[in-house]
Amino acid sequence: MSSPPSWKELVIGGTIIEPGSTVNVRTGTWRTKKPVINQDACTRCRICWEYCPEGIIQELDKPFVSRKGIKYAVTYEVNYDYCKGCGICANECPVKAIDMVSEYE
Amino acid sequence: MIEKAVGKSTGPTRVALTGNYAAAYAAKMADIDLVAIYPITPQTTIAEKLSEFVADGELAAELIHVESEHSALSATIGGAAVGARAFTATSSQGLELMHEILHIAAGLRLPIVMAVPSRALSAPISIHNDNSDIMNARETGWIMLNASDAQEVFDMVIQAFKIAEDPRVLLPVMVTYDGFVVSHTVEGVELPDAEAVRSFIPKGKWHALDPSRPSSMGPIAGPDWYYEIKFGQYHAMRDSIKVIAEVMDGFGKKFGRNYSPVVGYMMGDADFAVVTYGVTWGFVKTAVDRARSMGIKAGAIKLNVIRPFPSDAVISYLRGLKSFAVVDRAIYYGAPSPGPVYTDVASALFMSGHAVPALNVIHGIGQRTMYINDFVEVFKELTKLDESKVIFMGVRE
Ligand code: SF4
Ligand code: SF4
Repeated sequence: MSSPPSWKELVIGGTIIEPGSTVNVRTGTWRTKKPVINQDACTRCRICWEYCPEGIIQELDKPFVSRKGIKYAVTYEVNYDYCKGCGICANECPVKAIDMVSEYE
Repeated sequence: MIEKAVGKSTGPTRVALTGNYAAAYAAKMADIDLVAIYPITPQTTIAEKLSEFVADGELAAELIHVESEHSALSATIGGAAVGARAFTATSSQGLELMHEILHIAAGLRLPIVMAVPSRALSAPISIHNDNSDIMNARETGWIMLNASDAQEVFDMVIQAFKIAEDPRVLLPVMVTYDGFVVSHTVEGVELPDAEAVRSFIPKGKWHALDPSRPSSMGPIAGPDWYYEIKFGQYHAMRDSIKVIAEVMDGFGKKFGRNYSPVVGYMMGDADFAVVTYGVTWGFVKTAVDRARSMGIKAGAIKLNVIRPFPSDAVISYLRGLKSFAVVDRAIYYGAPSPGPVYTDVASALFMSGHAVPALNVIHGIGQRTMYINDFVEVFKELTKLDESKVIFMGVRE
């Protein structure tokens, strides 16, 4: 995703003149900690996917085999462009497979 | 006679008008589409006159009776947001109640014009004139013109529409002037030919709401966006001084009355000057003449524009002087100097690298009478001034 435009390109007064502004505003820049999913520990229960208030935990058709040999058809990944770092997913994950990692270290 | 002069092409006519009526006539001749207004002393006669124009069918504007100044400006914003040429007026406590919305009008970059006859602020209650109200609005993002008499009020309201609606500007403009002393004093005012006014200020176009091009005005802007939007606003304000000078110049060419952001009087060979705005200008010019008759090389400058602060013009007048004074009719509580315009002049001078001893004269607070000889005394003081200081003129010790 490209970075937001320079002040010269913005519509005066911040008026929104076309649809899709929600897509252009990357709430990911609000984040101080980012959720990192441990794919080995994740049981694919889908709870984080349901709880994420931004709806940006993606259920991808990416098969995955854990170190213990458990086969999954899907993988959950966070879209960091929009993840605002609220930590709800980490809090809700029943197996504590999500770590909130500082953006500043 | 007035009726004939307005709305039809009859050529310029000289009529007797108060400053407030001059503002109302200018708004009418600008063919405003909308006025939302709430009465407050000393602005009320503008609201009355515009209501009269609309009731008599002389002005085809939407007149909105609102319940407060907060609503007056909000409704005016609504009008400008749909592309209407919108006008309002207020004073003092009304301008304070509008304060929140002043920022919004400027932030939305809507070309609203507002007349503000100034009045002291409560408490204690004062209906009399000083400049506390308008000075308090300097940082709201409005262009602020300042008129010294009824003719200037008329002319500046016309200029204000042209400045505000210029695509290089698109900012609201306040035409400020002294309450009562200008707002209620009847003076001879030349009303230009109505067609000439209309051709000088054809209605502009801006980013207004339009169902055929859907847009959303006034959305939230997060930390990644807000700064650039506000920088654009800052830039428009800073650069508007060129447009203001251009519009004033064009006005002079068309109507024969010359304006510029800053005007000087007897500044050619002056060693000492008084910086003024508003009605003080008249007193000070006479004081210059009296000081000159005493052998003091006196001069004066008047700010026709308060925001954006016309730094370059002010510095070009002041930099070679032995000393100067700034007369402020407002008190800036707890600031490094008590006069708001003194503070502006001092920072402009500091940034230009020039150092001139400067006197801050506080006077005319709550319409305490100012006398011409008070300013002759200021010139005498300036001849002795070697370091900057403050005088609260006429306060009882
Ligand atoms: S931290 Fe919040 S926004 Fe980010 S993925 Fe987890 S629940 Fe969604
Ligand atoms: S809540 Fe935890 S276990 Fe369940 S899908 Fe999300 S990361 Fe995996």
